[in-house]
Amino acid sequence: MPEESMPKEAAYQVINDELMLDGNPRLNLASFVTTWMEPECDKLIMAAINKNYVDMDEYPVTTELQNRCVNMIAHLFHAPIGDNETAIGVGTVGSSEAIMLAGLAFKRKWQHRQKSQGKPFDKPNIVTGANVQVCWEKFARYFEVELKEVKLREGYYVMDPEKAVEMVDENTICVAAILGSTLTGEFEDVKRLNELLTKKNEETGWDTPIHVDAASGGFIAPFLYPDLEWDFRLPLVKSINVSGHKYGLVYAGVGWVIWRNKEDLPEELVFHINYLGSDQPTFTLNFSKGSSQIIAQYYQFIRLGFKGYKNIIGNCMENARVLREGLEKTGRFDILSKEVGVPLVAFALKDSTKYTVFQIADNLRRFGWIIPAYTMAPDAQHIAVLRIVIREDFSRALAERLISHVEEVLKEMDTLAAKTAETTATVDAAQRGKPAKKSEREIQEEVTQYWKRFVDRRRTGVC
Amino acid sequence: MVLSKTASESDESIYSTFASRYVRTPLPRFKMPENAIPKEAAYQIINDELMLDGNPRLNLASFVTTWMEPECDKLIMAAINKNYVDMDEYPVTTELQNRCVNMIAHLFNAPLGESEAAIGVGTVGSSEAIMLAGLAFKRRWQNKRKAEGKPYDKPNIVTGANVQVCWEKFARYFEVELKEVKLRDGYYVMDPVKAVEMVDENTICVAAILGSTLNGEFEDVKLLNDLLKKKNRKTGWDTAIHVDAASGGFVAPFLYPELEWDFRLPLVKSINVSGHKYGLVYAGIGWVIWRSKDDLPEELIFHINYLGADQPTFTLNFSKGSSQVIAQYYQLIRLGYEGYRSVMENCRENMVVLKKGLEATGRFNIISKDNGVPLVAFSLKDNSRHDEFEVSETLRRFGWIVPAYTMPPDAQHVTVLRVVIREDFSRTLAERLVMDIVRVLQELDNLPAKVKAKISSEENEKTRKKLREITMAWRKFVTDRKMNGVC
Repeated sequence: MPEESMPKEAAYQVINDELMLDGNPRLNLASFVTTWMEPECDKLIMAAINKNYVDMDEYPVTTELQNRCVNMIAHLFHAPIGDNETAIGVGTVGSSEAIMLAGLAFKRKWQHRQKSQGKPFDKPNIVTGANVQVCWEKFARYFEVELKEVKLREGYYVMDPEKAVEMVDENTICVAAILGSTLTGEFEDVKRLNELLTKKNEETGWDTPIHVDAASGGFIAPFLYPDLEWDFRLPLVKSINVSGHKYGLVYAGVGWVIWRNKEDLPEELVFHINYLGSDQPTFTLNFSKGSSQIIAQYYQFIRLGFKGYKNIIGNCMENARVLREGLEKTGRFDILSKEVGVPLVAFALKDSTKYTVFQIADNLRRFGWIIPAYTMAPDAQHIAVLRIVIREDFSRALAERLISHVEEVLKEMDTLAAKTAETTATVDAAQRGKPAKKSEREIQEEVTQYWKRFVDRRRTGVC
Repeated sequence: MVLSKTASESDESIYSTFASRYVRTPLPRFKMPENAIPKEAAYQIINDELMLDGNPRLNLASFVTTWMEPECDKLIMAAINKNYVDMDEYPVTTELQNRCVNMIAHLFNAPLGESEAAIGVGTVGSSEAIMLAGLAFKRRWQNKRKAEGKPYDKPNIVTGANVQVCWEKFARYFEVELKEVKLRDGYYVMDPVKAVEMVDENTICVAAILGSTLNGEFEDVKLLNDLLKKKNRKTGWDTAIHVDAASGGFVAPFLYPELEWDFRLPLVKSINVSGHKYGLVYAGIGWVIWRSKDDLPEELIFHINYLGADQPTFTLNFSKGSSQVIAQYYQLIRLGYEGYRSVMENCRENMVVLKKGLEATGRFNIISKDNGVPLVAFSLKDNSRHDEFEVSETLRRFGWIVPAYTMPPDAQHVTVLRVVIREDFSRTLAERLVMDIVRVLQELDNLPAKVKAKISSEENEKTRKKLREITMAWRKFVTDRKMNGVC
């Protein structure tokens, strides 16, 4: 810490300038998280920046806004509650916290059931696909639950409901399905999972429930695919989480978790605060936090309404289609993402011998685009993809510009690859008969490439 | 972007917000509305309803910062759309977090070299920080017990009954038994002697608080360290200390630099501090620092590779805003050591002014100490006719939010009012508050006198007493259920 103070203008300038070297959030095509909101909402956010959300006594209106959001989202997910009934749910800092709370509820319920039946309760496990986002691994490790992952395979990049149900045993606290897989945007078949699991529950007498991680899909499916049954319409679904800061269209820092009803949230996990007589239950990992994102979420709900969200997500899907078709036209890519799902395009090179998707990503960065390249989770880790997420603020103009940049990059890399092949051929011809000797630079390059690929491969799907 | 409605509808954009139909329709509370509404209407409606929230700057209940310089507000707004967790995309922001961690570690005298990177992380608040620290202790203890072939299914943690609710949350969610050292009349923090007595082989750590929520007192961490060291030598257990310096961590180093409470004490293995309390940043940032690599089990850390450079992460939250981290860095370099010291000294000054003003009324006992976090906790000398809750309610009419609480066991018969002195609580406000409290006392004094004049007969006296008893019982029931010590 410096010993002396400095003038505020200097402090502002110094920090502002260094931050110029960060990526531009709006060109960050790696992230689902919202990067643009209307100026009116920015005003509300700034006005609430000094409100500590947890002071429910002092800020009753803000608390009320959270409750309204919970109600709205619960109704959106067809929670079995009356029209004017309060839903069971809470606002969190993100889906990570939401998932941990949901998992904690499942773990506690399962422990109670085992205890009451006189069975051991020290080895809980949870069944998910290997495509889960890292927060499930965190939940498992921090809360001491074994993670049983259904492996992927080439061509099938989500959790297979049949394999999942096979893996369920009496220590399984729940099966977690993803609506909007991180890697390809696909929706898992929750309905089928529900059917198979109902059958197994009947056979075994276990009461294994389902949690749906709808972090990205929760604000897509209800508007674009209202007939898709994935939510509380399926009886085994006991809790759902969704990120307000993804397609909820709010800046980073808000998520939601909804429970089907009171029984699914063990009372002992809830702490009670009394607001002058009326009971305000709280169940979150975080305590003090800002109020801005909650207010922003409510703003979006009433500003856009059902139709507004439908229009925006519809636009995203349109632009995703434009991007997908543009990439297909180059003839160099396989598209791994499906048309039904979260609006993103995940694609792999048909031929990775001359250069890889990692190199394409690096080169696109020169144009300002941040596009991540990942390897799939086991057992499909030999497949590397580029993934572009279409957010609200990714217009068609940007989509077309991106396609032209991708074409340019491909041309560059083709030329570079051809030159390298030519040089190698010439050198080979010159050295025929002599023992093949690599130049120092070539060795360096090879080592760097190998090391870089090794490092990149260890990278898992970022949110 | 939202498509606007077709031109066939009347042109609504000319209607001023309060002339439009949007202020006539009730705001939806249970279901998402079907249609969109203009952004100005949405803004106005929400803004207006929020006018009925309390004024954050008059909220004297909270330690959490309610004012920052406009330059910092600018930086915050500019970073509002940056998702902190994207370390690849925002390397400078990540670097700023690391610098903050280093600075705070040095502030706490962590045993590091001049240019050595500290072990620590930014969190959303002290709750998350405490859960991470607790998790580290739990895992270390489990590993040790497994290696010794002993049972590891009943971990416990020793704290005072004055702990903030997040310790109870940690205990309940992570399945650790909470062994609380009870308070007593006149001694409202954890007694180190009693705490060390309660330590057994299943204790994962002892948690001391620097800046107790209820009266701002610093617990005697040095004494705890000495006693615990002695016990460790006798028993062979390796019980360590965690210091919950949520409020005190940014006060003690500036006002009481000689006070040994941090990593200068060998048994202290981790410390948490709230950036959003006396770190002088808006709500949403905390810090946890570990003494060394060995105190943070490797298995709890997830690794993300930033183009070759390894970026370890260990937090409960994933996506979150970057604004508060940047704001914390701003404060650290803008104020520097001398700036923080000046701010804390001002707070202390104003605390003394408030305390003296209250003492001068002759009606209050001051429960808080002079040395500690700048707050004044006080109770009525005589609360038979009117109690602290009534004072708190009446003060609200003047705009002040001053909370009243009962102490945790075994001192629950003591009720206190607590005023937290933050950076933006000037002397003027302190003097005004004293004046308003005097007025409140006068009002309350006059109240029963009026009632007494009306009721003179014995019968009415009995009824009045009964009414009073019922009211008190009901109120006690309601307020007893009230959670103690809101942050």
